Parts: sequence; structure tokens; C-alpha cells
Amino acid sequence: MATTHNTETRATGQNRGRTALLVYLLLGVAFGIVLTKSEVLSWFRIQEMFRFQSFRMYGIIGAAIATAAVPVTLIKRLHLKSFSGDKIAIPPKQLGHGIRYAVGGTIFGLGWALTGACPGPLFALIGNGVTVMIAAVLSALLGTWAYGLLRARLPN
Amino acid sequence: MTSWLSGPWPWYVAGPIIGLFVPALLLVGNKVFGVSSNLRHLCSAVAPGGLEYFRYDWKKRGLWNLIFLSGIVIGGFLTAHSGTSHDIAISAQTKLALTKLGIHDFSGVAPHEIFNWHALLTLRGFVSVILGGFLVGFGTAYAGGCTSGHAISGLADFQLPSLIAVFGFFAGGLAATYFILPLLF
Repeated sequence: MATTHNTETRATGQNRGRTALLVYLLLGVAFGIVLTKSEVLSWFRIQEMFRFQSFRMYGIIGAAIATAAVPVTLIKRLHLKSFSGDKIAIPPKQLGHGIRYAVGGTIFGLGWALTGACPGPLFALIGNGVTVMIAAVLSALLGTWAYGLLRARLPN
Repeated sequence: MTSWLSGPWPWYVAGPIIGLFVPALLLVGNKVFGVSSNLRHLCSAVAPGGLEYFRYDWKKRGLWNLIFLSGIVIGGFLTAHSGTSHDIAISAQTKLALTKLGIHDFSGVAPHEIFNWHALLTLRGFVSVILGGFLVGFGTAYAGGCTSGHAISGLADFQLPSLIAVFGFFAGGLAATYFILPLLF
């Protein structure tokens, strides 16, 4: 009996795992739609933002942070569990000297303005038919790989 | 309703929807919303090259996110093919500034003059796509996150490192906009 029970539990677990993967796919599709409909994937919008000529991008990012902050605070206060059964915990980023955030952030910012896209939009742009962004993604992979190579020598 | 389907969404609709991805992913499977980790997962899956940074179980840690990522491509494709293409209605000031830089084509989501395969052989195409892409990959890995991971997930969780990173994002973005773009165009 115990064995049957275990097998059943495992089967349910696998099913739940598969369902979750489907949910991640659907959430990804929804995010791709939002990135397109909000126009945050547009090089033009990013230029408008960095030139401080429209409130739009600031409104979007600000509203996103505010909307996320409320449920995140509640989830932590109430010690909620996820549907997968784990206790929800957001791992805190280690501050260290903070150099990696300042320098890494600045390097990413340069790339953000040059490509006009952060990582999510890069992929959404490929879906939108701006296929040259495949080259940008490959180059981004090379950049991440280069970080992996140099990591031990970079200040944190 | 039709205008919602055909036109762009206003900031006060798009912003909150983007924000809801953070609690949605936490509630579904205790996952932290952040796209750039996928670049690391892909390196780990395809070419770890014996580097310690890529030596981990990418399927266990990143499969969900890679699936989310493929969804982003599909979502972009579906929206683009929903039969509603329109120019991005940027402000007149921005249009003027970009015209001065030498942009003539304001159709589509990104200027065709720079973002096409042939333009990769020009200085501005190469710098925008190849160098820009490289800096996105290197910078997000070094900073440990991008706009989604730091600016949205991190700030929504009141994390100081994310605030420092976001200041960096803007420092870099402003430097590229005001010092690099004028040299390129």
C-alpha cells in the first residue's frame, strides 16, 4: 500500500510540475504581449525615456514597482506558500561593496540605450519580426559568458 | 474595447499588469521574476566551457524561466500578427532630436535603418546590435539582474543593491544617449 501511495504522490507531483511549466509558458506569452502593447520594447520609447521627453516609461516602471510591492509585502507578512507547496522566499541580494551593482548596472545601461532593449524586450522583438535581435541575443550570450570567464578577477 | 485590442496600452494599464508578474510567479512556484538569468542558463546549457559560474543544474534552476522566455517570443509574435501595426507615437521633441541624429524612418518599433541584418556591417548597426547586445549580457550578469530582476522585482522588495543597480542603468543609458549616439550617427 505504501508503495502505491508513493507512486501516486510522485505521479501527482509530476503532473503538477507539468502544469506549472504550462503556466510559465502562458505567463511568458502574456508578458510578450504586454511588452509589445506597452511599447516598452521600442527603441524610440527608450530614447524618449533617456531624453526625459515623456512620462510614459517612468509611469510604466513606477506603476509596475508599486503594483508588485503591495502583494510582495503581503506574501512575506502572511508567510504564504506557493501552489507548488514551497514557502515563498525572495533571496536577498548580497550588497558586498556594491561595486558589481554600480558598475555592472552602468554597463548594462549602456547596452540598454544602444540596443534600445533590455533582455525581455530583446526576445519580444524577435517575435515582433526584428530578427536582427537574434544577433544581439547571441552577442549578449557571449557577454554573459565573458563575465563567467572574468568573474574571479572583477571587484564585487 | 476595440481600441484596447488595436492600439497601444496607456502607462497606467501596462505598468500594473507588468507588476503583477512578480506575485504571479511567486505564487505559482516561488519563482523570482527576472529575465536576464536566462542568458546564464543558456550558457550553462550550451557552452559551460568548464567555468564555475556555469556549473550548476540549469534545468532545475532555469527550465521554468527558459519556458517563460520562449513564451515572450511567442507573445511578441502573436501581437505583431494580430493585424494592428502602427507607428510609435513618440513626443515631437524626441522625434526632432532623433531626426537631427539622422533617423529618417519612424515606422515600426525600432529604426529599420539601424536594426536590420545589412546594417550590421555599418558602424552604427554593429555598435547598436553587437556591442549593445554584448554589454547587455555582460552588464546584467555582473549586476545580477536587469530591468525585471532589479528595477521591478528588487525595488518592489525594497532591496538596496537593486536601487544601486537602477542608478547604474540610468547612468549608463544617459551616457550612451548623450555621448555615444551622437558619435555614431
